[in-house]
Amino acid sequence: MGGWPVNFAATLRIALLALRINKLRSALTMLGIIIGVAAVIVMIAVGNGAQARVEDQIRSLGSNIIMVLSGSMTSGGARGGSGSQPTITEDDAYALNREVDEIQAAAPSLRGTGQVVAGNANWSTVFYGTSPEYLEVREWAVVEGRSFEQAEINGAGKVVLLGQTVVKNLFGDASPIDQVVRVRKVPLTVVGVLDRKGQNMMGQDQDDIILMPISTARKRVLGSAQQAKSRSVGSIMVKVKDGANMTEAEARMRELLRQRHRLQNGQDDDFYVRNLSEILQAQEASSKVMSLLLAAVASVSLLVGGIGIMNIMLVSVTERTREIGLRMAVGARSRDILTQFLVEAVTLSLIGGAIGILLGVGGATAIAELAGWRTELSGGSIVLAAGFAGAIGIFFGYYPAKKASRLLPIEALRYE
Amino acid sequence: MSEPLIRVEGLAKDYVMGSNVVPALRGVTLDIAAGEFVAVMGPSGSGKSTFMNLLGCLDHPSGGSYWFGGQEVSALSGDELAAVRNRKLGFVFQHFNLLARTSALDNVALPLLYGHVPAAERHPRAERRLLQIGLGERMDHHPSQLSGGQQQRVAIARALVNDPQLVLADEPTGALDSRTSVEIMALLQQLNREGITIVLVTHEHDVADFAGRIISFRDGQVIEDRPNAAKDAAAAL
Repeated sequence: MGGWPVNFAATLRIALLALRINKLRSALTMLGIIIGVAAVIVMIAVGNGAQARVEDQIRSLGSNIIMVLSGSMTSGGARGGSGSQPTITEDDAYALNREVDEIQAAAPSLRGTGQVVAGNANWSTVFYGTSPEYLEVREWAVVEGRSFEQAEINGAGKVVLLGQTVVKNLFGDASPIDQVVRVRKVPLTVVGVLDRKGQNMMGQDQDDIILMPISTARKRVLGSAQQAKSRSVGSIMVKVKDGANMTEAEARMRELLRQRHRLQNGQDDDFYVRNLSEILQAQEASSKVMSLLLAAVASVSLLVGGIGIMNIMLVSVTERTREIGLRMAVGARSRDILTQFLVEAVTLSLIGGAIGILLGVGGATAIAELAGWRTELSGGSIVLAAGFAGAIGIFFGYYPAKKASRLLPIEALRYE
Repeated sequence: MSEPLIRVEGLAKDYVMGSNVVPALRGVTLDIAAGEFVAVMGPSGSGKSTFMNLLGCLDHPSGGSYWFGGQEVSALSGDELAAVRNRKLGFVFQHFNLLARTSALDNVALPLLYGHVPAAERHPRAERRLLQIGLGERMDHHPSQLSGGQQQRVAIARALVNDPQLVLADEPTGALDSRTSVEIMALLQQLNREGITIVLVTHEHDVADFAGRIISFRDGQVIEDRPNAAKDAAAAL
C-alpha cells in the first residue's frame, strides 16, 4: 500500500476535466488572480524601469552633482531671472574646490553657441569653456586623444574636445585629432574626443558639445571686452565626494559663497544652488508611488481572487459530494480526495497566473509604447508572480479540499 | 468447514440524532460463505441498509465484530478501510453513481486508479470487464449517452474490475424498468455462477428471488434467514 496519493498525471486530468465542465465559472474565478498577477508584473516592470531610468540619468549626468548658478539682479523692484547678473566667478569655483572638504571637484563653465567649421563641413553647436575638473564632475571620459593641460588652461590654449555628435557631423568616420576647427571663426586644434553620453533627462543630445579651456572661451571665442576682463562664469558644477552628506555640502557651499560675495545677514543669496540628484530622486519617488499603487491593486486583487477560488471550491465540493462518496467507496483515501481538490484549486490559480503573466507582459509593453514610460520586465518578477499564484491556490484551496477529504463515505454517497 | 468469507457477531450500529440514540442494528450474527448469492430484505428502517454499509466498510459499527476473509475489519482505520473497499469489494448502487462526462471505460477503470494499478494496465483491464458484461461497443460513451440498463452494466463492470471477493448491490434495480431489472439480475446471477459472492439489498420479492439465500431484517434484527428454493424458477424467467 503506497503512502502517496494516486498518480499525479491522473489527478491533474481529473482537475482539468472538472474545470472544463464549468468553463465560465472557472474563467470568472480566475479573474482575480489574472488581474492580480498582471498588476504584479506591470508594477515590477514600471518600478524597475523608472529606477533604471533614474540610474541611467544619474550615470550620464554624474552622481552627487550640485549646480551653482548666477543669481538674479534686483533693480528698481524688478527682479531679473536667474543669470541676469553674472555674480559667480571662476575664483568661486577654485575656492569651493579648495575650502569645502565635501567637494571632490568643482568646474566653472562659460557657455556659448556658435557655428563650427571644419573644412567644408559646418555645424551649429554649444560650447563650454571650462576646466579639466568638468570631466571629473560629469564622469566623462576622453576616448580618443587627451584632455587639456594646465598650460592650456592658464594660457588660453587653442585646443578643443569634441562630443561624438559634433565629430560625426564635421568629420564623419575620420579621426578629428590634430585637425583644426573654427569656432566662431577662431581656429582651434582638436586634442580629444569625448565618450558617448546619450540623451539627458530633457531629451537633449549631450554629445552635441564642444569643450575648451575657460580662458580660451573667455579671451578668444566669446571675445567681448567686458568678458575678457571679468572672471564671471555662468555656472559652477560641483561633484560632492561619495558618501558625503549632500545637504551639509550644500550648506557649506552656500556659506562660503555668501562670505565671498560679502552678503549681509538677511540679504538674499545672489546665486542659486541646485541639487540635480535630488530632482532625479523626486522623479524616482513619483514612479515609486505609482509602483506602490499598483502593488496595492495587486495585493487586493490577489486576495479577492484567492477568496473567489475558496468560494468556488467550496461550492464545487458541495456539488460533487456524491462523486466524492463514490470515489471513497471505490477506494479513494482522504488524502487522495484532499490532493484532488487541492490540485484543482492550484491548477485554477496557476492557469489564472499564466494568463495574468501574459497580460502583464502585454500591459507593460503597452505602457512602454503608449505612455512612453520605460519598463523593464524581469524573469524574477514572472517567477515571483507564478509562485504567488500557486501559493494562493494552495492557501485558499486547502480548506475546501480538507473539507472534502473529511466527508464520511456513507454520508457523501447518500447526499442528495 | 472452511472459514466463511464474512462473519459478523453481535454487529450493532446506533445513530445519534440530537440527544436521542437511535439503534439501527441491534446485534446481528451471521456467516456468509464465499460463492453465495444473498438477498437482504426488509422494510425501510429495518436496518438492512445499515447492515449493507457495514459490510461494505463504508461505516464503522458501534458494537460487535466483523471479519472479512478472516481479517477483523471493524477495528481498521479510515485509510485501511479504503484499501479493503478498493481491493476486496465492489459496489453497485441504485442510482449507478457513474462520473458524468467520463467515458464508460474511464468509469470502469476508476477503482484501478485508486488501487495504484500502473496506467498502462488500467484500460486493458477495464476493457475486459466491459466486454464481459456485453458493452464492448460503447466503451467511449458517456453515461448520458447510455440507457439506464447500460449504465448499471457499466457500474457492474466497475464493481468487478478489481477482482473483488464480494460484490455489494444496493437496490441495483430500483431505478430500472422491470424488463431491464430482469436482465440486470440475470447478469448478477450469471456472475455468481462464475464464482463471485454477491450480497444484494432489495425490498422486492421478485428481485430477491434471484438469490440463493434470503435474509430478512426487521427493527435492526434478523427475523428470517432461509435458502431460496425459487432461485431456479427465477432464473428461468
